[in-house]
Amino acid sequence: MYAQSLNQQVEGTTAPEDAEAAARFQARVDAEERIEPNDWMPAAYRRTLVRQISQHAHSEIVGMLPEGNWITRAPSLRRKAALIAKVQDECGHGMYLYAAAETLGVTREQLVDELLAGKAKYSSIFNYPTLTWADIGAIGWLVDGAAIMNQIPLCRCSFGPYSRAMIRVCKEESFHQRQGYEIMLTLARGTAAQKVMAQDALNRWWWPCLMMFGPPDAQSQHSDASTRWKIKRFSNDALRQKFVDATVPQAHFLGLTLPDPALRFNEATSHWEFGEIDWTEFKQVLAGNGPCNRDRMAARRAAHTSGDWVREAAQAYAAKERARSAAAAGAA
Amino acid sequence: MSTPTTPLWEVFIRSRTGLAHKHVGSLHAADATLAVQAARDLYTRRGEGNSVWVVPSSAITASDPNDKGMMFDPADSKVYRHPTFYEVPDEVGHM
Ligand SMILES: [Fe+2]
Ligand SMILES: [Fe+2]
Repeated sequence: MYAQSLNQQVEGTTAPEDAEAAARFQARVDAEERIEPNDWMPAAYRRTLVRQISQHAHSEIVGMLPEGNWITRAPSLRRKAALIAKVQDECGHGMYLYAAAETLGVTREQLVDELLAGKAKYSSIFNYPTLTWADIGAIGWLVDGAAIMNQIPLCRCSFGPYSRAMIRVCKEESFHQRQGYEIMLTLARGTAAQKVMAQDALNRWWWPCLMMFGPPDAQSQHSDASTRWKIKRFSNDALRQKFVDATVPQAHFLGLTLPDPALRFNEATSHWEFGEIDWTEFKQVLAGNGPCNRDRMAARRAAHTSGDWVREAAQAYAAKERARSAAAAGAA
Repeated sequence: MSTPTTPLWEVFIRSRTGLAHKHVGSLHAADATLAVQAARDLYTRRGEGNSVWVVPSSAITASDPNDKGMMFDPADSKVYRHPTFYEVPDEVGHM
């Protein structure tokens, strides 16, 4: 998802490129052909995709942390099994996406190193804490719900490997959202204390979820190229509105209220109008000053470092096996 | 801080319907055994298949996209390679 809210600046072309190749490329994009890794592409298209896809991959990986926080404390075996499966899916999404980015000529190690060095961005939403079990419901329902809105159009992205990865991801996302909504529904229909917990989670996650779609169209001046290249199919505001329209009735069904006094249904447009988003908060979180930015990075670095010996052992074993079979082949 | 690169593998899965193995994506693994295990975890979490092939990506030789025309266009003009090119009277029945 996540890619979109972060990938605001599209790289300007630096060197003059083969104008004829560029025209051919654009004609293929216009004809809805998929661009494959070995095809000619403008350098700026390549750079934009590397950044967007890797940010998206990082988001999937960091996104495992807030939910992973509740695996050991899930209230039942059913919930625990579902949560483990969901978190495992998110890991898979990260893997599909890294692989798609690598087809553009970067290595996995480079991308991971950039994240760990704090040079790469990931979605702002994962810098918020999961304080109660209801947050797991709210994340599945709202965060994955917002991700789906964003990822569905990416299934038709002009770059083949990205679009294929998105098709796989989208097939898996629907379970994520449904299990989250089921948690919210159970809490909303539970004891008074459980309902309060569900409402509190909705209150805290609603606005950060609206920020996931990125800055308002008026401020995201560089999406033109992404649109022309058919990486981006809908504007931030259009996707945000779609999300609000889909989600408000779901909240009402739960018997919960949205934390926005300005929210009202416009009969004429058939859209839910909502209040002002606090973009200062968004900028702060992206700049590293959200509630959990430091925790998330520390957890990623710790996981990477404590996995060092596993990677080393696997490489050493593979080298030994190669040497063994070479020796055996020599002896035969 | 840079890590030595782990080899890349292409993954092929045979779906349960018994069709040919189909390319599903790629992954990194130190050796073939680990690649098969990772492919199981990454690409068959929902019964997508019952057989996995992994191939080192470096072992694949691909056609050059610049040769696309030379390689594949000639087939476009050879309509006589298709059954519908030939006329068989209706009276003959299905053929
Ligand atoms: Fe995901
Ligand atoms: Fe998800």
